[in-house]
Amino acid sequence: MPSPFILDRSSVTQVMAWVLAALLPGIATYVWLFGPGILVTLSLATATALAAEAAMLKTRGYPVKPFLADLSAIVTAWLLALSLPSLAPWWLIVTGTLFAIVVAKHLYGGLGQNIFNPAMVGYAVLIVSFPVQMTHWAGPNELTSVHLTLAQSATVIFGGDVPRATLDAVTMATPLDALRTGLLQQLTVDEVMTHPIFGHYGGVGFEWLAGAFLLGGLLLWALRIISWQVPLAFLAGIWLTAGFLNFFDAGRFGPPWFHLFAPSVMLGAFFIATDPVSGATTPRGKLVFGLGAGFLTMAIRTWGGFPDGVAFAILLMNLCVPLIDQYTQPRIYGGADKEPRA
Amino acid sequence: MSRELFKFKGGVHPPEHKTESTSRPIHAAPLPKKLVIPLRQHIGNPAKPVVEIGERVLKGQMIAAADGYISTAIHASSSGTVVAIDLQPVPHISGLPDLCITIETDGRDEWVAHAPLDYQAMEPSQLRMQLRDLGLAGLGGAVFPSAVKLDPGASRDCPTLIINGGECEPWITCDDMLMRHHADEILQGVAIMRHLLGSTDILVGIEDNKPEALDSMRSAAAKLDFAVEVVAVPARYPGGGAKQMIETLTGKQVPSGKLSTDIGIQVFNVGTSYALARAIHHGEPLISRLVTVTGHVLRPQNFEVLIGTPMHTLITLAGDRDGTTGVLMGGPMMGVPMPDLDVPVVKATNCILVKSKELFPPLPKALPCIRCTRCADACPAELQPQELFRFAKAGDFGRAQEYHLFDCIECGCCSYVCPSHIPLVDFYRYAKSEIWAREKDKRAADLARERHEFRQFRQEREKKEKAEKLAAKAQTKRAELAAVPAAEGAAVSDADAKKALIAAALARAQAKKSDAAPKNVDQLTPVQLHQIEEIEARRTKIRELARKPLEPEEKNP
Ligand code: SF4
Ligand code: SF4
Repeated sequence: MPSPFILDRSSVTQVMAWVLAALLPGIATYVWLFGPGILVTLSLATATALAAEAAMLKTRGYPVKPFLADLSAIVTAWLLALSLPSLAPWWLIVTGTLFAIVVAKHLYGGLGQNIFNPAMVGYAVLIVSFPVQMTHWAGPNELTSVHLTLAQSATVIFGGDVPRATLDAVTMATPLDALRTGLLQQLTVDEVMTHPIFGHYGGVGFEWLAGAFLLGGLLLWALRIISWQVPLAFLAGIWLTAGFLNFFDAGRFGPPWFHLFAPSVMLGAFFIATDPVSGATTPRGKLVFGLGAGFLTMAIRTWGGFPDGVAFAILLMNLCVPLIDQYTQPRIYGGADKEPRA
Repeated sequence: MSRELFKFKGGVHPPEHKTESTSRPIHAAPLPKKLVIPLRQHIGNPAKPVVEIGERVLKGQMIAAADGYISTAIHASSSGTVVAIDLQPVPHISGLPDLCITIETDGRDEWVAHAPLDYQAMEPSQLRMQLRDLGLAGLGGAVFPSAVKLDPGASRDCPTLIINGGECEPWITCDDMLMRHHADEILQGVAIMRHLLGSTDILVGIEDNKPEALDSMRSAAAKLDFAVEVVAVPARYPGGGAKQMIETLTGKQVPSGKLSTDIGIQVFNVGTSYALARAIHHGEPLISRLVTVTGHVLRPQNFEVLIGTPMHTLITLAGDRDGTTGVLMGGPMMGVPMPDLDVPVVKATNCILVKSKELFPPLPKALPCIRCTRCADACPAELQPQELFRFAKAGDFGRAQEYHLFDCIECGCCSYVCPSHIPLVDFYRYAKSEIWAREKDKRAADLARERHEFRQFRQEREKKEKAEKLAAKAQTKRAELAAVPAAEGAAVSDADAKKALIAAALARAQAKKSDAAPKNVDQLTPVQLHQIEEIEARRTKIRELARKPLEPEEKNP
């Protein structure tokens, strides 16, 4: 066996475990502010992902245990679950997860080979195919009159009998949805923002959730599991684009802080755009990737057909990765691109 | 007085494991019964034997002479009788045997006549020839002939001289011990280097995890009549690599594909400097060196070892233990596994590292690359190892070269940090060896084409000659009666013409051959030459390895 003969203690499992750990503050906040329904979604997505992963590994002739143990399927499941509406029906969760694991991950070649982020592929397929079901968001506890228990949430998700009135009392449009609908009704941003769903920066509850994801993201950065380039560039892309639009017409375009403090943005910036497999690898490439994804997110929110654009923006940038990497190759030691540092 | 230091990119800090072998003093290893001395212990041409089987040799007697400019002589490490000149196992990654001279020692350890050299009075070129004949080669690992490195060349000068006391690989402590106990002699060597290179700025770089070495070198330097700055550099692997040491101390990078002398810097290992001092001030050729024997042994320590001593004797001396899982020459990052413990200690042997399951647990199975770029962050050559891996694995060697495969120094930092535990360096070695093999095949093909063209030319010429002969015959018949001697004369000139034609064709073929030499092998650095040599030798082995599945996807349980 050739050199080197020693390794440091890192492993794929360890990296993925930290990603999961960094999602915990977000999940806890979610439960606290929006009720325990998310736990049902998370469990269902996890179970589906593990089953699909095991089945695919088996069919493709891979050893199942070491690959299941790498935890990458669970990361995909959690990211998808956290992107889905918290009261989405069970079959929506299962379909999305299956699509993510079977098509986006394994049909592209499995761990490390997928061009697109699997969770975002699952999300995109669902929002295109089932736009109505993708609006089943539970409103923040602070604003809703009815609070579902864990069992009640499960009943809703698994399609059990829940009085229509109860359901209507819990679900609410997300702030981004509210903004979009309001603007389509020719209201100005200020008029829309009088809606109780809007909080200090983002939506009531939603801004706290965004903050919790941000916290987890900073932990990943502190552990050097993600680099600073992608999240910073992504947030900058959103802030700059939103700021630019808002500066020219504050009546038709939401304020930059509002756009920044959405949970999807923080989750996207720190957990999804930073997915190493489907992201850019060079330092400059990461900046380009992040900026592009941020800009596209805003473009889709503003002019596209969907209230949020994080998923599509990241998928579009995934597509550009080979090109970005190729044109951003850094100078090597003693390389000629730049005079040697003197 | 404290110098501004620069930080090289990348690098790792594996557990050091230095104290194991520094707690015991240096011991001289006893004279073995048999010395097996390889003729190829340095970069360049192997030395040519100048003794015969049955001949009695003295300690320090030259037994093989340098062959050409990039080569050095080889000497008997003790007195005795030459009993064999044949292929023997040697400590080389290929595991292939190489030509060695075996000496049965007589136990008298009788020296050949030797005397100090007055280097200041000698013509520099003459002094360098002497050093070549004293077998001096770099002891830091690369074993490049020192005489060549001490030639500043006609136009270049070398204002900066760096003495490398980095020793960044875990476990190895021979340079550390040498600096602790022989600082004065190391600096005597530095004075000679300074004399030959005309350097004005002399720096000794020592990693800050060797405070004793730093102290002893500093106090020795204070006694000199010229300035030597002893600098503590941060301990980080591969900070003791020449390029990294240069960057740390001067902030300069050696341009890719160039030598450090192109930017006016020459680097020598402390061990080389010590050997140089022994050679000049005592007239002793390079016949011994310090070797760290450590790892899974009872008494890890440093030995002063005669070149040619079998490795197993040293392991026995240090106390071998049960549960040994293998032996490396060198450290755990770049060391070479020894297939056989009969192999001798050579000039390049800095460490014999005995492995056990506890110290070196088997490496986990590899997973696919997740493009996390930790390898890129750790790469001191500032490459993109994950891309090199992708291209090497796909057999896309052209792209691998575009991504600077040949700037990879095989330091192993990338493999060390990879969370997927991919043996990345293997893939780079494999790709390099394939590229060289193709280069060689191409050259062989060119040669074959030339030969083919020459044969065609010859056939045509023979046809023409036949026709001419027939015509001539007819003519001769006609003129037979008239002038016999004239026909004879014509035959002679015919033969001359044939010779001239052949010569012309050969010359053409020769000219073509030099044209056809592949472009990218024109300007090779010594390091690359070294790599080629190694690569060539271990090619077959690596091919086998690469054919074996390296990734779990091909490895069904
Ligand atoms: S460290 Fe390993 S897994 Fe990460 S990019 Fe490099 S080769 Fe791939
Ligand atoms: S082995 Fe080569 S690619 Fe890997 S870190 Fe060292 S120089 Fe870079």
